[in-house]
Amino acid sequence: MDLVVAVALQLAYGIANLALISVGLAIIFGMMRVINLAHGEFLMLGGYTVVVTTNAGVNLWLAVFVLAPLVVGIVGVLVERILIRRLYGRMIDTLLATWGLSLLLIGLVTSIFGASTATTISPPFGTIQIGRFSSSGYELFLIGVTMALALAIWAVLRFTRLGLVARGTMQNAEMASALGVSTSRIYMITFGLGAAVTGLAGGLLAPITGVLPTIGATYIAKAFITVISGGSAILAGTAAGSVLLGGIQGVFTFLTGPTFGEVALLIAAIVLLRLMPRGITGRFFRKSL
Amino acid sequence: MTISRRTFLAGTAGAVLGMPALMGRAQDATIRIASILDLSGGLDIYGAPMDVTTKLAVEDINAAGGLLGRRVELITYDAQSSIQLYTQYATQAAAGDRVAAVHGGITSASREAIRPTLARFQTLYFYNTQYEGGVCDYNNFCTGSTPAQTVAKVVPYVMNKWGKKVYIVAADYNYGQITAQWMQKFVADNGGETLGVEFFPLDVTNFGPTINKIQQAAPNLVISALVGGAHVSFYRQYAAAGLNASIPIASTTFGVGNEHKLISAAEGNGLIAAYSYFEAVDNPVNRDFLARLDAKMGASRPGLNELAVRSYEGVMLWAEAVKLAGTADRNPVVEALRTGLTYNGPSGAVTVDPKTHHCIQNVYLAELKDQTFDILEAYDAQPPADTQLVCDLVANPDQSTFFFENGLAAAGIK
Repeated sequence: MDLVVAVALQLAYGIANLALISVGLAIIFGMMRVINLAHGEFLMLGGYTVVVTTNAGVNLWLAVFVLAPLVVGIVGVLVERILIRRLYGRMIDTLLATWGLSLLLIGLVTSIFGASTATTISPPFGTIQIGRFSSSGYELFLIGVTMALALAIWAVLRFTRLGLVARGTMQNAEMASALGVSTSRIYMITFGLGAAVTGLAGGLLAPITGVLPTIGATYIAKAFITVISGGSAILAGTAAGSVLLGGIQGVFTFLTGPTFGEVALLIAAIVLLRLMPRGITGRFFRKSL
Repeated sequence: MTISRRTFLAGTAGAVLGMPALMGRAQDATIRIASILDLSGGLDIYGAPMDVTTKLAVEDINAAGGLLGRRVELITYDAQSSIQLYTQYATQAAAGDRVAAVHGGITSASREAIRPTLARFQTLYFYNTQYEGGVCDYNNFCTGSTPAQTVAKVVPYVMNKWGKKVYIVAADYNYGQITAQWMQKFVADNGGETLGVEFFPLDVTNFGPTINKIQQAAPNLVISALVGGAHVSFYRQYAAAGLNASIPIASTTFGVGNEHKLISAAEGNGLIAAYSYFEAVDNPVNRDFLARLDAKMGASRPGLNELAVRSYEGVMLWAEAVKLAGTADRNPVVEALRTGLTYNGPSGAVTVDPKTHHCIQNVYLAELKDQTFDILEAYDAQPPADTQLVCDLVANPDQSTFFFENGLAAAGIK
């Protein structure tokens, strides 16, 4: 029994982890159709903000929940104004430009902080005991935060004027513009928010993963696979993609090993996109956010 | 007077075109060596400290008057964690720069990419990284430690200290796979039992399922051959689940990328590692070496580990051989190295084993405490016993092979 609970908790964390690294990309790529190859580096910048500021004596919670999203959000707004703004609708050019941006960010962080930066933080909350198994309290906390974050994004999109205008702009920018919306401003805000959410995710993961300038590369592929498999609905898509792929990966990792877990995730994504080329929400939950 | 763009271009073009002639004359006065390391990309956590010490070695040689009355010039190539660039730069160094020796390569994959190229161009090659053992190549000196030197020492020590039941986690490529085989052999040789072995692709950052499996198997200890930045997450999540208190970890890979700085003191305390060098090695050469680097770099000095120090000692071994041979030409230098040449470096005495072109070296066991390794045990002059099983370059010098499968077979593993 305790084994079942412990395994279920790990599966839930695997799914939450996938959702956390993908949700910012869902806003930038899923909603805005901007292929952001620097997504992994946005996560890295969130993590670095936490490591550097906590080393300087800043409280961990302040660093994770305020500084990481703030710093990466500002970087996102700057990137949108300087780079992305000129490339809307030019997918291949955006791909190339954000790839360059990703290299630039790795290079900048490496030249400022060196190839690696020492850390002083450990995950808070200690451990929780499930029978003879112990698990990380922080991982349970991350599951909760991921759900709260999804709920918050849903509430913003569903109930605020900004959410309505943003969704309208993404659906039909010309019509939104004709109705008096400054679409350029909406694009900037949406991109900035997507970056801020990514920064928060990177900050949240910092106490429990290795933070290095090049670590973004380990997240980028999985984030894109999750968002593409999920389809066009931001939240329902990310949730469905994470549950399906994270679940399959988790189960196969338990049954066989980590290598086949990764293989199973990729095979599942290929089969899924063969059957549903527009992702899960291209067929199911089509009206959802 | 104004300088038009045309006159400026003409002037600089003349200067630039004139340069090769000047450089051609300068060449005769210097002995050139090349270093090919990953100074950017995912492997720079290993490459950056190696680059610092390689440069220091060349500075030290030149400060002592150079070699054979000539200055040594170091050409540094950044392979950017890309195997393709390794091949390209090895060719450039051997055929274009005509260097006397190449030092470098970090992963076994990068070594295997450039080793055949350098053998073909007859350009002496030093691989200064700990690795899985088994290279048997007249042209190649592997100065780093191998499993028979480190794993063979750490396994009995931790089994004696913590218990006989072992769980192994390793990186999923040739180094991790082969090292895990050696680990299982040494566990069995010492009367222990391997409860499980798991391999991880290099980009895995979520280790939760494996941490559950380890708890289920309930071993006395975990031995890790995990590699790279993503795998640092294992140690953090393992500690977050509270396991570091009940099931301690031993490793032959943790520390060479300065991983012990990337996790907090509480997460790393108690981990035991085995290498041929730790900063805490207590001898006058090492104290002087660290003091000079501190004076030179201050707070920006990277943490030093086996890879970094062996890079220094590798260049110094080459320099000793050049002095002994009286020339920088390959064949006399190789023969000088094969006399069983010794260099007393920061890690202690490093002696070339003529049979394998590997090194007889000291091995240290150390325990991590507050992000610093404290030495527990020292074993002097350990031979590369694994490679010696399959390689004899004294009897048959005309070889350029990598015997990893044969090594495992000869040791009775496969």
